[in-house]
Amino acid sequence: MDIHNFLTPPAEMARRKGPYDRIVMSSRVRLARNIKDASFPGWAKKPERVRVLELIRPAIEGLPEMKDSFSETMDSLSSLDKTILVERHLISREHAAKSAGSGLVLNRDETLCFMINEEDHLRMQALRPGLQLRQAWTAIDQADSLLEKKLEYAFSPELGYLTACPTNIGTGIRVSAMLHLPGLVLAEQINPIIQSVNKLGLAVRGLYGEGTEALGNVFQVSNQMTLGETESAIVERLEKVLAQIIEHEENARASLLEKKPKMVFNHIGRAYGILANAHSISSKETMNLLSLMRLGVDVGLFPGVDRSLVDELFILTQPAHLQKQHSEKLSAEERDLLRADMVRERLRPVSRPIAKPSAPPGAGLDKQ
Amino acid sequence: MLCCICKEKEATVHLTQIAGDKMQKVDLCEECAKTKGVNDPTGFSLADLLLGLGASQEIEQAGGGVEIKCARCGFSQADFKKAGRLGCPECYKTFRDPLEGLLKSMHKGVRHVGKVPESLRHSRDLTDRLKVLQKRLGKAIQEEDFEEAAILRDEIKQTTARLVAPTPS
Repeated sequence: MDIHNFLTPPAEMARRKGPYDRIVMSSRVRLARNIKDASFPGWAKKPERVRVLELIRPAIEGLPEMKDSFSETMDSLSSLDKTILVERHLISREHAAKSAGSGLVLNRDETLCFMINEEDHLRMQALRPGLQLRQAWTAIDQADSLLEKKLEYAFSPELGYLTACPTNIGTGIRVSAMLHLPGLVLAEQINPIIQSVNKLGLAVRGLYGEGTEALGNVFQVSNQMTLGETESAIVERLEKVLAQIIEHEENARASLLEKKPKMVFNHIGRAYGILANAHSISSKETMNLLSLMRLGVDVGLFPGVDRSLVDELFILTQPAHLQKQHSEKLSAEERDLLRADMVRERLRPVSRPIAKPSAPPGAGLDKQ
Repeated sequence: MLCCICKEKEATVHLTQIAGDKMQKVDLCEECAKTKGVNDPTGFSLADLLLGLGASQEIEQAGGGVEIKCARCGFSQADFKKAGRLGCPECYKTFRDPLEGLLKSMHKGVRHVGKVPESLRHSRDLTDRLKVLQKRLGKAIQEEDFEEAAILRDEIKQTTARLVAPTPS
């Protein structure tokens, strides 16, 4: 099956709503599990990896919530399709590099995703739009409880779920949220915030997880410690910290608009100017400028424009998504031209930003 | 001070991370700092870095020069140094002592307090129950309450039988 035909169209994806989605783009809870009496994927020889894959894959496919799922081995996916999955945040870059002996099972509405033989035998994650950490935890906890009836996990009463990397041992949980924080970046408050979040034992990472930069002012906040604390306590800690970051971001936006409105309007106006008129633009520049446009929509500088227009472009302008819309192989330079064409076209009905917000921030955003 | 990754060049980048009440320190040379992405505050986690260092060092020391190897999968401390990952679930037993310090520095505690698979929950409950019964039996014998002791003895027998029997699915 072609992954592109399976995936929800970007326009529909961008319209999915969730609590606090002005700032929290998505919530995710991931669990790491391994099979008893089998070497971890990084150490196992190919026959053993294949054996583990053939054990785990049918168990997942048999779950009631995985009906009509997309299930493939990684060697049967093209590198373009794998990159599309990375751009959708459904698999890690590490998993995209895997081939025979690794697999992927994704449910119909893309809220549950299972990576088989990534760093661990099984990495399962639940995804939700907006701030819904607890719902995501409940969903993945249920799936895990059903799977443990069919699979014998590597578990020690003292150390909990045993994982390839000691950083994940115990609960094997990573609770994370993807945050759009342009206000804190523009107000130059982002570094102290990152530092204080780090001090609380939480990690702040860029758009694509470990070791990536924060493109488009998007940051991922997640727990680092997995042993010695219950899953609920970890979810609760994240919720508390996220509530504070959301508050800081809202305050930063309000205070920027009050104290430095010209600076904000200048950034947003220039972002619109370039996006609406450029004839060649890189993916990186596009993301950074779309982030400013998203802020413009949020603070009411683009009356009548829905945030989903920007969020759809966030997905569509990424390299693999762009390549997928064209049959011939594109070079980076050709992609930059086509990207600019698409963005210009999409922004044609959007009038340039008004000089003063006409509506209070947040108004006009609930429209579908 | 030498860089703790390459152990060749002078360390010029000194990092300290405080998480909760734990402090972690790393000293790196400029080159290693760059390759580990230390210059990018958003993409860097000290825990990931420490993993590659502390663990392999501690494992080496614990071995006392003799290489420890996992009996199940053949994974050695040299492999850990290279990969920063373990070979199989059994490795946690093989490298138990050297890993303990590492886990302590990385996590909130060293004992799992979260979710437990239901099948094990069952056997854990039975083990706990057995302990209680045995205590009560000892007390009953001491108090010469042989009627109670007989009842308890039967119950212990039943519980033990359930513990060794396969768990109900």
